Amino acid sequence: MSKRPSVIRQTIMTPILLIVVLLIMATLSYQFGSRAFNRTAVEMFINIMVVVGLYVFVGNSGLLSFGHISFMCLGAYMTAWLAIPPVMKSITLKGLPTWLLHTQLPMWVATPISGVFAALVALVVGRVIMRLSGIAASIATFGLLGVVNNVYSNWDSVTGGQGSIVGIPPTMNVWIGWLGAAVAIAIAYLYATSRSGLALRATRDESVAASASGIDIVRERLIAFVVSAFIIGIAGALYAHFLSIVNPGAFYLRTTFITLSMLVVGGMYSLSGAVTGVVAISVLIEFFRNLEKGISLGTLKVALPNGAQEIAIGIITIVILTYLPAGLTRNREFSWRGWPMLRRLSRPVQTAVKELN
Amino acid sequence: MTAVLQIIFDALSLGSLYALGALGIALIFGVMRLVNFAHGDFIAFCVFAMLWPSIDATAVVFAGMLPFYLLIPLLLIIGAALSILSEIIVFRRFRNANPATMMIASFALGFVIRHLLLMLYSSRPKSITLWPGLGLPVDFLGAHIPMLQVVTIVITLAALAVLVLFLKRTRYGLEMRAAADNFTMARMLGVRANGVILLAFAISGMLAAAIGLILATISGTADINMGANVMLIAFIATVIGGLGSVPGAVAGGFIIGAASVVFQATLPHDARVFRDAFVYGAVIVVLLVRPQGLFAPKSAKQRV
Repeated sequence: MSKRPSVIRQTIMTPILLIVVLLIMATLSYQFGSRAFNRTAVEMFINIMVVVGLYVFVGNSGLLSFGHISFMCLGAYMTAWLAIPPVMKSITLKGLPTWLLHTQLPMWVATPISGVFAALVALVVGRVIMRLSGIAASIATFGLLGVVNNVYSNWDSVTGGQGSIVGIPPTMNVWIGWLGAAVAIAIAYLYATSRSGLALRATRDESVAASASGIDIVRERLIAFVVSAFIIGIAGALYAHFLSIVNPGAFYLRTTFITLSMLVVGGMYSLSGAVTGVVAISVLIEFFRNLEKGISLGTLKVALPNGAQEIAIGIITIVILTYLPAGLTRNREFSWRGWPMLRRLSRPVQTAVKELN
Repeated sequence: MTAVLQIIFDALSLGSLYALGALGIALIFGVMRLVNFAHGDFIAFCVFAMLWPSIDATAVVFAGMLPFYLLIPLLLIIGAALSILSEIIVFRRFRNANPATMMIASFALGFVIRHLLLMLYSSRPKSITLWPGLGLPVDFLGAHIPMLQVVTIVITLAALAVLVLFLKRTRYGLEMRAAADNFTMARMLGVRANGVILLAFAISGMLAAAIGLILATISGTADINMGANVMLIAFIATVIGGLGSVPGAVAGGFIIGAASVVFQATLPHDARVFRDAFVYGAVIVVLLVRPQGLFAPKSAKQRV
């Protein structure tokens, strides 16, 4: 009997390639980019974390989630509670428990705690929501987003209400952004090749056959939900350190849809697609932002009117989806040799239709 | 007694708005399996169509000055035209796409419309006064009910009646119901797909215009975000009612409207700001009990 080739050996190139390409981008940005450009780069890395986190759940389970940005919110506020100096906290966030009011943790400690906090919430909520499937599950995750946003915008003594909380140490830079994205990609890859990840993809493509083979759909979905919440919680924590302020409006519909668009534009069923989508849209945004500022063509200065950036991005998204409905990567992974397994799995489109019908 | 009456009228008028929105979403979902996230921006577009484009703080009312018997048909036509255009330009190319792809495409379209409006009108909310007489209260069994609430409820009921007659009694209505039930089968039996889909988009656009008119009259402002909230609740209402079911969508809209008003009236004062959290929580509970929706059509059952 010939030995089966190991999944890891066949597929390990994908995450390595992605991480190396991102490292090259970080280096270029650090060497040649302006301060503003570096901030864009950090934002891109944070978005990569969020979208990769989304991919862990959406890509592997085939369920669309509108609720994952609430984990970003949970992570960001947890970091705010942990990292703001106690002097400031005692003025703005009086309702916090005393022990929390007197702690101040450095970024390296606060960030993982925020991720774990988001994952714990996901574990509790997921036990309920993951019993649903199809569009009902999507709406239930949307309900989660609504609940979290409503609570965080109105629980004034603990979250500062609609306003912003300031004072989180702004310790983000390109390298930490890259490291975060690399960790997210590594976790997503390890999950996708794990026993649970493979089982979950089986339920995505043929849920009846999968459960007949003894796969517990609810359990596998819950695992993916918790893992993705952890990644997105960390992303939220880094986002808080990046902006040094948090407010609930940043973690609501706009972010939800933009990150989902990035995922779908890249290709929602592949890790490479998640990363590609973010990079492509971030590059487009930066490009049009510069056009709005104006470029000089000889003596002529041409500038797009304000707001043209968003309109152009929307139109380009529609055009991409028209010609590549499965996203830029067509749901395939980057690698030297191609990923035969994924290539066969890359047509789960029909299943999603069946779920909705 | 009067308090209860007031709550009932609040619930009915809020529910009417949600029901009209849910209907607009359910009709399109029925024929295309598309959840149209641009619907909210259609609503905002119809409201802003009453104003002349300008980024000044004061609104230049343009079409809004027309007498109501011209304004209402004009807005309905604008809504229908926008909706049909978006079908022809965008959604037609996504007929066979994955629902997630369609959803994101509709979101992108809404994003484009919204930023077009922002560019033309700026983000400041603008005041717009339509029919101030409708704000006066009328006495009804001792309760002061704003005239507008009565009008909203009456308009919704009338629109629903017309739509039901249309769906049940006319050939096109029959075709649309057949298409919503089983699109492929309907096409095989001679239903023209493009015609039915365009019709669904036209009606949905008119419903968006109707919501726009009602919202503008109630709030007296034109705000870029005014459609988005209704759209979201309407979307949830269609799912709660059972996706693909037209009566379910209407019922879902009224149920969510009633739930919001009742939570608002009965929650203790400190918890009132968390009303929406209770509403969303209730949505999750309803879905857990009946994942396929309260009034799911038989065809919605997943076949193995």
